Amino acid sequence: MTIKHQAVDLRELTKRIRRHSVVMTHLAKASHVGSSLSMIELLAVLYGRILRVDPTQPDWPDRDRFILSKGHGCAAYYAVLAETGFFPLEWLDTFYKNGSKLPGHSTHTHVPGVEISTGSLGHGLSVATGMALAAKRDYKPYRIFCMLSDGECDEGSTWEPILFAPQYQLDNLIAIVDYNKIQSLGTIKEVIDLEPFAQKWRAFGWAVQEVDGHNLEEIEKILARVPFEPGKPSCIIAHTVKGKGVSFMENKLLWHYRSPQGREYEAAIAELEGKE
Amino acid sequence: MRTAFIQELFEIAQNDPRIILVVGDLGFGVVTPFMEELPQQFVNAGVAEQNMTGMAAGMALSGKIVFTYSIANFPVLRPLEQIRNDVCYHKANVRIVAVGGGMAYGSLGPSHHATEDIAVMRAMPNMVVLSPGDPVETRLATRALIDFQGPAYLRLGRAGDPIVHKEEPTFEIGKAITVRQGSDVTLIATGALLYDTLEAANSLAETGIQARVLSMHTIKPLDTEAVITAASETQALFTIEEHSVIGGLGSAVAETLLEAGTYPRYFKSIGLNGEFSAIVGTQEYLRSQYGLDANALVHTIQNGIEG
Repeated sequence: MTIKHQAVDLRELTKRIRRHSVVMTHLAKASHVGSSLSMIELLAVLYGRILRVDPTQPDWPDRDRFILSKGHGCAAYYAVLAETGFFPLEWLDTFYKNGSKLPGHSTHTHVPGVEISTGSLGHGLSVATGMALAAKRDYKPYRIFCMLSDGECDEGSTWEPILFAPQYQLDNLIAIVDYNKIQSLGTIKEVIDLEPFAQKWRAFGWAVQEVDGHNLEEIEKILARVPFEPGKPSCIIAHTVKGKGVSFMENKLLWHYRSPQGREYEAAIAELEGKE
Repeated sequence: MRTAFIQELFEIAQNDPRIILVVGDLGFGVVTPFMEELPQQFVNAGVAEQNMTGMAAGMALSGKIVFTYSIANFPVLRPLEQIRNDVCYHKANVRIVAVGGGMAYGSLGPSHHATEDIAVMRAMPNMVVLSPGDPVETRLATRALIDFQGPAYLRLGRAGDPIVHKEEPTFEIGKAITVRQGSDVTLIATGALLYDTLEAANSLAETGIQARVLSMHTIKPLDTEAVITAASETQALFTIEEHSVIGGLGSAVAETLLEAGTYPRYFKSIGLNGEFSAIVGTQEYLRSQYGLDANALVHTIQNGIEG
């Protein structure tokens, strides 16, 4: 198995995925650009350094599994898969279009590298937990990484696997929460406050680390250390900024919905191209 | 049926490590041998059916054949979106097993009666719906589901359902079993009411009416050939199910006949009329109250023919 992680320039990858996400949501006139932009660094480190996957054999049985439970952030996900060679970059321009392979929530049907289809919140962590349990029962070494949104931590079904995974000592399971602090109709604090968030996961039996979700070095350092404790599932609470990278989108609820068009689109691209 | 299922699965699982049984913290005494002797193939998901079902999909997508097991609506309606999105959309090899189909849990009340499950499961893309008629069919259905590709729903009765088949019939998913020959009317039954239907047919014979009885153990895909043949060879057709008349066996049969342009002289779907089974009592009592025991069936069938 050849995985050329070290060859990937993470800063360059980050820049490219971020730009794709803005272009894709622009061309598609789609929502959720803010939800894509908050997890760009997390995806870049996962696909550039951590995940043992092979784009030439997306179904390699012993691959690490990545599940995007927050399926609405799929623009960035499709972008990182295309950038790391799972499918042609040209597909990205077809996002949302009639007859495209890429709908507005991650879908496995025609997309190499997508493990499962998501979109309805509160599903991914259970499926990931089932995969982790199957791996344990088969004495397989692969890990399962699951990216959740903070909003979907309102779902009771998210907390069912949070209860279950420690009971079965699934230390091959890693939950990453993109904690950008904004959900559909307001801030997390205003809607359903999750704090003390890390303490909740700890109390349920997870080994928890918090990280600046935009600091590539920190993310890599943390992700390289999983499992944090043998016999416990790992949780990474990544403090992120919704809309990160485009100044006028940052921390704005509006950009959960609004599609970048006209001058706003031009300004966003100019800012992304000017920035390192 | 419950015992037949667990025993059969236990037997097969001993030689097939792909099989995993996931229970929603139910099955006291029943699943114990499986739990103790095959711990690597057993999971208690706790009282958490959504996670049970999502995990089952995850395990199935990792090469396992996963049976989720709980009572009546619990493995069906509570995690319905997990069934739709995680199981059916991914064509995962998950078999959802509900014990207590219909009003098997009698006095426990409507929360424990599964009376819309067939309708809901039928509507799920890629889902196959099985509702065996007795413990013999249950064993055969369980065996047939092992190497079946894709999701399936297995609706069972309870422990102690009467045996209809004295000899093992040929069982194939999607093929009705003719339990009794007859040329006057056809009674199509699904689930444990097969026994009562056969009793009703025997009573009708005493009045000179020869009823054909079909066990429709697979509701989806429906054996349309058997249905159309019955409608053309016999005068009247009755479907019998311990389930709402909305969306279940009766609906499936009616859709088939109308689309085929084969109309029996008389058709009636016998089941619960879209109401909650709120009367208190045993399954036998409830069947009599809701017109589903052998006596009531005879009455309804005679009225239908004579009317």
